[in-house]
Amino acid sequence: MFKIVKREQFSPVTYLWKLEAPDIAKAARPGHFVIVRHGDGGERVPLTIADFDRAAGTITLVIQAVGKTTTALMGLQEGEYLDDLAGPLGHARHFDQVKKVVCVGGGLGVAPTYPQLRQYKQNGAYTISIVGFRSKDLMFWIDRFQTESDELIIATDDGSTGVKGLVTGPLQEVLDRNPDIDEVLAIGPAIMMKACVAVTKPRNIKTIVSLNPIMVDGTGMCGGCRVTVGGKMAFACVDGPEFDGLQVDFDELLARAKRFDPAERESMRLLHERCHLPRQSS
Amino acid sequence: MEASTRPKKTIKTIAKSKTAMPEQDPAVRARNWSEVTLGYTEDQALAEAARCIQCKKPGCIAGCPVAINIPGFIRAIEDRDFHKAYDIVAADNVLPAICGRVCPQETQCEALCIVGNKLDPVGIGRLERFVGDLALRNGWSLAGPARHNGHKAAMIGSGPASITCAVDLARAGVEVTIYEALHTAGGVLKYGIPEFRLPKKLIDRELEALKGLGVRVVTNAVIGRLYTIPQLMQEMGYETAFIGVGAGYPNLMGIPGEGLNGIFSANEYLTRVNLMRAYQHPQTDTPTGMGKKVAVIGAGNTAMDACRVSIRMGAENVYCVYRRTKKESPARAEEVQHAEEEGVKFNWLTTPVRILGDERGWVRAMECIRMELGEPDASGRARPVPVPGSEFLFEVDTIVYAIGTSANPLLAHTTPGLKLNQRGYIDVSPETQMTSIPGVFAGGDIVTGGATVILAMGAGRKAAHAMLQYMGIEATAEPAHHAKG
Ligand SMILES: Cc1cc2nc3c(=O)[nH]c(=O)nc-3n(C[C@H](O)[C@H](O)[C@H](O)COP(=O)(O)OP(=O)(O)OC[C@H]3O[C@@H](n4cnc5c(N)ncnc54)[C@H](O)[C@@H]3O)c2cc1C
Ligand SMILES: Cc1cc2nc3c(=O)[nH]c(=O)nc-3n(C[C@H](O)[C@H](O)[C@H](O)COP(=O)(O)OP(=O)(O)OC[C@H]3O[C@@H](n4cnc5c(N)ncnc54)[C@H](O)[C@@H]3O)c2cc1C
Ligand code: SF4
Ligand code: SF4
Ligand code: FES
Repeated sequence: MFKIVKREQFSPVTYLWKLEAPDIAKAARPGHFVIVRHGDGGERVPLTIADFDRAAGTITLVIQAVGKTTTALMGLQEGEYLDDLAGPLGHARHFDQVKKVVCVGGGLGVAPTYPQLRQYKQNGAYTISIVGFRSKDLMFWIDRFQTESDELIIATDDGSTGVKGLVTGPLQEVLDRNPDIDEVLAIGPAIMMKACVAVTKPRNIKTIVSLNPIMVDGTGMCGGCRVTVGGKMAFACVDGPEFDGLQVDFDELLARAKRFDPAERESMRLLHERCHLPRQSS
Repeated sequence: MEASTRPKKTIKTIAKSKTAMPEQDPAVRARNWSEVTLGYTEDQALAEAARCIQCKKPGCIAGCPVAINIPGFIRAIEDRDFHKAYDIVAADNVLPAICGRVCPQETQCEALCIVGNKLDPVGIGRLERFVGDLALRNGWSLAGPARHNGHKAAMIGSGPASITCAVDLARAGVEVTIYEALHTAGGVLKYGIPEFRLPKKLIDRELEALKGLGVRVVTNAVIGRLYTIPQLMQEMGYETAFIGVGAGYPNLMGIPGEGLNGIFSANEYLTRVNLMRAYQHPQTDTPTGMGKKVAVIGAGNTAMDACRVSIRMGAENVYCVYRRTKKESPARAEEVQHAEEEGVKFNWLTTPVRILGDERGWVRAMECIRMELGEPDASGRARPVPVPGSEFLFEVDTIVYAIGTSANPLLAHTTPGLKLNQRGYIDVSPETQMTSIPGVFAGGDIVTGGATVILAMGAGRKAAHAMLQYMGIEATAEPAHHAKG
């Protein structure tokens, strides 16, 4: 049982949990993720460790409600307990010495980008961040990014703040302006990472992406998280989740993300049905 | 009853065939998840026990990897002293209800039963299950723990190897903690072997008994990530550790098309169904994402389980595809028979070469090739060779790979100095199960590669003895009736 010591609602579908998990906090490094599970019959869901505080013994998760599980978990309140939390999982990021880096975070991907950005900064790199949201009221952690970035560009799909459009526009522009970029980090929806790679690949700039295939155990036991990188099969949970973006078969990743769609929709429908039913008690 | 007053039994005086095992009707059981075999009644157990001729030089014991005193426990059944029968079995096997169900008896104890030379062998496994079930029902449990002696040991993984090792150590007074990566303990018994073959409540009760011995079970603990082995041994105060992490790293074939949707490893498929209870979806949250025409590649126990699960999940057609013949199939005979009865169609001497998808990225068909058997290979089984030009298309929408597993490299990567063998499994001393790291032992599938429950248990027990010695503790005296074959 893991206590939710702090909870913040960023938007109607995005929320933050700070969980009491001293041993995980102690072992966590940027790039790691956890698997959470809750309630009888609950699904195992992977979530990136968006921050960790060893002294306080806590880890931070930022979650977007996209389906049954992440929506149901939104109901857990501060002070309540989560049943299962396993981690840290995956390879911690290995940071090469880089002088100048671009960190691109899209939507929810902004959260897992943060600990890496901070690490780049601590390692002495010049950091340019590009964060993208659908609109202004979905934004979060801009202050945190400001602190760790030498330059920060905000993009919104609807233009409600910052540059109007996707993150790829600013990325193109930054690369044009800075021929000395050593590395690009891109974390967000698969389609966004694919688009970023389309920008960096012609320039042959090292691009690190964090893949989010559907997982079950997160320990290398099931192979459900397999992705094709450089023509070879890899298990994202133990060989990743970070990979060389220029080598990733994004089309396969995108297709595989849909493999449970009809069943997931059924779960979601049931959740809505239950929520709209008149409550028997409480 | 004195042995001398018993009527002498010979091969001529006993019933010729094994007492039949009551089973659910195939048509009914193919639609439910309840156990297929129902277990002997007391009368049936007594009838079967009467078929053991109590050999002076029994063959059976040597066939059992943990050398259970088989004639001893069968005699106790005949005497209706079931508690004693349980004590005799439990002295060597802490999970009789489980082994009685899943042991490949026909190649082990029963293969060497003297009666089996002329007639059906004695149904040793079925009798063992009878005794194990009675014990669970009546709450007979293992001898209680000695007082804690201040020694501490960690088990990594919670499959049968670790469970057995933990019991032996706890009985000797060691403070044992089991660390399990998943949210539930039990290993393959929980996530791999389906409910209809091994009811989960049995394993839960065994785990409860374990806690009764003072063993602590910590779930959600992935060793190598949350804690490393050096940390366990240096910072966390464990004098010894036992690695029983199994060999769950699924193999695929490496043929074109394996990234398509609708292709699973048996581990993923069975975990979704058994551990995550996808058969109750959408009441539970994890789906299977399977279709209606399922091909399972392979013909071992795992393949049979995947086939029979598919039938119960409502697949219209379930094909078992294997490159050799039924004779070479590594599954237990009973499992193949049960699968046939339930409607699984077998395609022997067939192997896939390529998987074809539709425009949405889903499996549409599998191109297969026919095989014929050639010279024996290293395993002694006839080597299958492709018949040129025999390719054909097989329309399926779901493919489950049950072609074995390899060692999961996670632990080795994070444990400096842990020596592996050429196949990637952990190297141990055959006498003690100790690894290249002093005080760290290993056993079960992570040492042997995918094997059996009872072999994993045997390794756990052997390691426990060596671990006690390593810590300088005398093993508790073995029960007097214990007769090693
Ligand atoms: C390494 C990794 C890190 C992640 N980090 C975060 C994070 O920090 N915050 C966050 O909000 N989300 C993160 N995700 C995605 C998150 O796991 C999914 O959104 C979640 O599992 C959806 O579950 P659901 O039941 O709510 O939705 P569902 O109804 O199950 O699915 C909605 C969509 O989510 C995806 N999805 C479904 N199940 C899984 C699964 N088990 N694993 C991955 N994706 C799945 C599918 O593409 C599906 O289309 C991460 C995923 C991975 C693999
Ligand atoms: C589908 C299927 C059917 C089978 N049918 C039979 C049968 O009928 N009869 C038979 O005798 N055998 C059968 N077997 C084989 C048998 O189940 C195995 O040989 C046996 O379970 C091996 O036991 P083990 O203790 O070595 O490991 P496992 O049972 O594999 O357990 C290992 C445990 O360790 C955990 N773990 C892994 N890595 C870590 C880590 N880093 N940190 C913490 N925990 C970790 C795993 O999550 C798992 O729970 C079957 C196997 C399968 C897959
Ligand atoms: S443990 Fe297995 S091999 Fe040993 S007697 Fe029991 S069924 Fe036979
Ligand atoms: S070999 Fe067969 S008949 Fe003889 S003691 Fe063993 S089980 Fe009984
Ligand atoms: S999630 Fe099962 S192997 Fe990666």
